[in-house]
Amino acid sequence: MIPSKFDYVRVNSIDEAIQQLQQLNGEGKLIAGGHSLVPLLKFRLTEPGALIDISRIAELKEVRKEGNRIVVGALNTHFQVANNQIVKEHIPVLAETVRQIGDIQVRNRGTIGGNIAHADPAADLPAAAHVLDAKIMIQGEDGAETMDMESFVIGPLITMLPENSVLTAISFTIPPSHTKSAYLKFSHPASGYPVIGVAVVAGVDENNMIDYAKVAITGVGDVAYRATAVEEKLLGQELSETVIKEASQYAAEDGEIANDLFSSEEYRRNLCKVYTERALKAVLF
Amino acid sequence: MTKVVGTRLKRKEDPKLITGHGSFADDIQLPGMLHAAVLRSPHAHAVIKKINVEEALKVPGVVAIYTGKDLEGKIGPVPTSWYVPDCDLKEAPQYPLAIDRVRYVGDGVALVIAEGRYAVKDAMYLIDVEYETLSPAVGQKESLKDNAPLVHDDIENNLAFHWKAGTVPEEVCEKAEASVKQSFYVQRVAPSPIETRAAIGRYNPGTGELTLWCTSQNPHIHRMVLSEVLDITEAKLRVISPDMGGGFGGKIGVYPDEALVGFAARDLCRPVKWIEERSEHFTAANFGRDEVIDVEIYGQKDGTITALRVTNTHNVGAYLSTMGPGVSTIDFGLMITGIYKIPYASCETFGVYTNTTPTDAYRGAGKPESTYQIERAIDLFAKEIGMDPVEIRRINMAQKEDFPFTNAQGLVYDSGDYEKPLTKALEMVDYQKFREEQKELRKRGKLVGIGFSTYVELCGFGPSKVAGGIGFQGGIWENATVRVHPRGSVTVYCGTSPHGQGHATTFGQIVSEKLGIPMDDIELVFSDTKSVSMGWGTYGSRSVAVGGSSVAIAADRVIDKAKKIAAHELEVSVEEIVFEEGIFSVKGSPSLQRTFKEIAKSANMAWNLPEGIEPSLEASSYFDPENFVYPFGTHIAVVEVDKETGQIELKRYVAVDDVGRVINPLTAEGQVHGGLAQGIGQALWEGIVYSKDGQNLTGTFMDYAMPKARFFPKFETAFTETLSPVNPIGAKGVGETGTTASTPAIMNAVMDALEPYGIKDIEMPLTPEKVWRAISESEGK
Ligand SMILES: Cc1cc2nc3c(=O)[nH]c(=O)nc-3n(C[C@H](O)[C@H](O)[C@H](O)COP(=O)(O)OP(=O)(O)OC[C@H]3O[C@@H](n4cnc5c(N)ncnc54)[C@H](O)[C@@H]3O)c2cc1C
Repeated sequence: MIPSKFDYVRVNSIDEAIQQLQQLNGEGKLIAGGHSLVPLLKFRLTEPGALIDISRIAELKEVRKEGNRIVVGALNTHFQVANNQIVKEHIPVLAETVRQIGDIQVRNRGTIGGNIAHADPAADLPAAAHVLDAKIMIQGEDGAETMDMESFVIGPLITMLPENSVLTAISFTIPPSHTKSAYLKFSHPASGYPVIGVAVVAGVDENNMIDYAKVAITGVGDVAYRATAVEEKLLGQELSETVIKEASQYAAEDGEIANDLFSSEEYRRNLCKVYTERALKAVLF
Repeated sequence: MTKVVGTRLKRKEDPKLITGHGSFADDIQLPGMLHAAVLRSPHAHAVIKKINVEEALKVPGVVAIYTGKDLEGKIGPVPTSWYVPDCDLKEAPQYPLAIDRVRYVGDGVALVIAEGRYAVKDAMYLIDVEYETLSPAVGQKESLKDNAPLVHDDIENNLAFHWKAGTVPEEVCEKAEASVKQSFYVQRVAPSPIETRAAIGRYNPGTGELTLWCTSQNPHIHRMVLSEVLDITEAKLRVISPDMGGGFGGKIGVYPDEALVGFAARDLCRPVKWIEERSEHFTAANFGRDEVIDVEIYGQKDGTITALRVTNTHNVGAYLSTMGPGVSTIDFGLMITGIYKIPYASCETFGVYTNTTPTDAYRGAGKPESTYQIERAIDLFAKEIGMDPVEIRRINMAQKEDFPFTNAQGLVYDSGDYEKPLTKALEMVDYQKFREEQKELRKRGKLVGIGFSTYVELCGFGPSKVAGGIGFQGGIWENATVRVHPRGSVTVYCGTSPHGQGHATTFGQIVSEKLGIPMDDIELVFSDTKSVSMGWGTYGSRSVAVGGSSVAIAADRVIDKAKKIAAHELEVSVEEIVFEEGIFSVKGSPSLQRTFKEIAKSANMAWNLPEGIEPSLEASSYFDPENFVYPFGTHIAVVEVDKETGQIELKRYVAVDDVGRVINPLTAEGQVHGGLAQGIGQALWEGIVYSKDGQNLTGTFMDYAMPKARFFPKFETAFTETLSPVNPIGAKGVGETGTTASTPAIMNAVMDALEPYGIKDIEMPLTPEKVWRAISESEGK
């Protein structure tokens, strides 16, 4: 497995990265942890003229609280995110999710910016991103902009990241303090990627009525999705096993469920229901 | 005598490997070394119309590109080494590069040689091959049909061989009170050693010697076969297996690629290195299994089995590989009755060519498949007549007093006591208690199950006379030379070729105990045809039983000679010498003694030897056992099935194996653990899947599910020791027990868990979806 020939440049700031992208005029590709890009290079599925190494840009490594949101710099590795105090305290579902990505080597090298930018339909992170209303923060030729997950990821390995720009950070909403969360994953026995991954943030009010419910599902189709139909069935209901069970029947409603060698669409639809029900129970009981 | 044999010594080979001082094929760097890559067919079946290498030759650093046509007449086809008799075996020639037609995805089309790995790959991608695709033959049953595409035009119905053994009279079947028919598919799997294949060739034009380092489990077989393919004498061809990251049968085969590397090194007079890539390994390295097995089992309501009829339709791939034809015939067909006293049995095997990668021996080779069908069939029969799976086994198994026991197909099992491991395993798992708990859990809707496998396997290859009789192109005796140096340390040269099994440790223990010298004074040499005179390599759980025995015999011969020298020096007769813990002393006068070291010196100095005794202290043995060995045991799996998702949790796994004398319990357990991982992998996760066009859909570890350590519970293992009478150390074989026994134990456990649904069989691997579907379908009924 040997990639075709490419040049390599290291950049030390976002501006420099953008300049390089411009100069290379479509031939340049950013590399962060390399854990998605390098396999593609080796299979010669992508043959960029040059790699622009952004992995040492300090400004992409911050984690900070900004009002009701946590902003996590794109270059934080899965390991760093899983062990970050701010993340663990305010958005534990993110820590729980990235802790289940790949193995220790992958978590040590792979970055959350790379994971989102790569838009692998089977990635874990998008599930957590969805339930935390993630905003993708981008710096480009014309300045900064922000997109939500739905508009950023539009297909397998396809994003709306503008040309010559860098994903700088992901900003997550801090859920209300009375909520709890979970990420439940069925790992593919070969790849370790989710056959299904369900993230849930939910809570009940003092009258045991469900007043907060975010459910997102990844791994079952081309893109991860918010299971809004489930959320709607839950909200305003008094918490009970039946309510959860019934709401979970709608788990596949908002997604485009796909087939693959390991599992058919029909089976995945079943998994959507079962895993959603189990994740909800884990959070609400 | 100090016990060394039977103790849990840590492996002698590990410090080197874990401190990075091993030398694997890819560690070998030779001055002026070139790199090789093989361009492989992307099509399962196609005619090669044209190959254009012009652009590729322009890549800086490219030295040569060979196509099949370029090699015509220069390098011969790579033959199989197992001409099973009386089965109308038809061998199609396998040229190292396809000449005008490719027959599987992975078939070699061109060999590229360049300075450096990058140039070689860049050039490889620039070779332009024009193909005209043909429809491929893929599955074995379809490929046997009259209208199936032919893999080799002159081989009708793609039938590579048709073998039969044993007969079952019709009236026996008619008289049976109960019978079960079932078809099983023991799916194709990838042996997947952690190190892929590799070869490095170096030719010395001055001496005419070609040295080939290659990932071989049997360098002497490689030398013998390649000497013919490359037309070079064995005296000029040296084959070395460096440190290897496993083989599991996948490195028994003599492959086209190794021949190509040897050829290129000689043709270019420069060293050439080829390291297989993992995705290449998934197309061009032999796979294991791929047998459709149809079973009919007959018997009485009291549980006695009266007859077994088996048909095996074996997908051999596009060519017959080195051991390929023996797997589903001899190895499988003669062992179909397992441990049971079944009076009548028959096996009919169809070997079928297809447009897929060849299949060959894989850990257990034929025995896991035979064990699978009998252990599954006996369970199905028990269900049919409403009998407990343990009881039916007890009723039918050969008893201690039946040994040496002749099975229905005429094989004579060396020794056995099947009740011993069965009792022990039942105790370990607490069978009665489990059944009670199961009742309770079932009431609560939980699906737990227990599965048994009481297996026996044919190991320790073996008597050479038999090898000749079954068409195997090799002797299967084994060789060892024990050489004692002047200051008393010892080098042992062995014909087996370890690649992870730990022979340096176990064989060292045998020598240490015999000669009474410390392990550190013993060096083992394997795997080099220039230093080891002859040998047949490591496979078929033969190394300790055959190779270890020859080590023991050679060590005894050293002692015999040393005793004569000691007697001479101590001025007594040989009969008066006793040898214990490295000391030769005189019976009755223990103060009169010589140490092993002193005698080593005397023998090598030869200043004062008895008359008729030649200098030096060295002895060899060429041990040819009188029979195979037949390890056995009981494995028990406990599983829980998640009925909503079909996921299976392996809760407990108990393995009680009887492998004869256990030389080192620690390494023996290691062998059991590894075997279990692979056997359980076959049941639950692994499986190579081809599309209708003959594309491997599971060609990377993203899709091919190799089990990981965390998939397993802590294995509960134990041994019983029933010695083998057919070799001097009483050892059987341990390397393949795990793979042989575990697959049906898991399946039987899952089927037991699914009993409330009336589910009898599900095709392997038991993916969650298949299990979920079976449950949903039966609920729908
Ligand atoms: C063995 C293995 C197992 C894995 N298992 C899992 C798993 O179970 N679950 C899972 O979710 N993932 C898994 N992964 C994927 C891993 O999580 C991703 O590779 C990783 O998160 C991507 O980050 P990276 O820094 O390595 O990206 P890179 O590989 O460096 O880049 C990936 C892509 O994103 C682009 N990119 C990177 N950073 C930026 C940026 N800041 N701005 C714009 N574009 C950018 C690159 O140009 C490239 O196109 C696995 C990977 C491996 C190798």
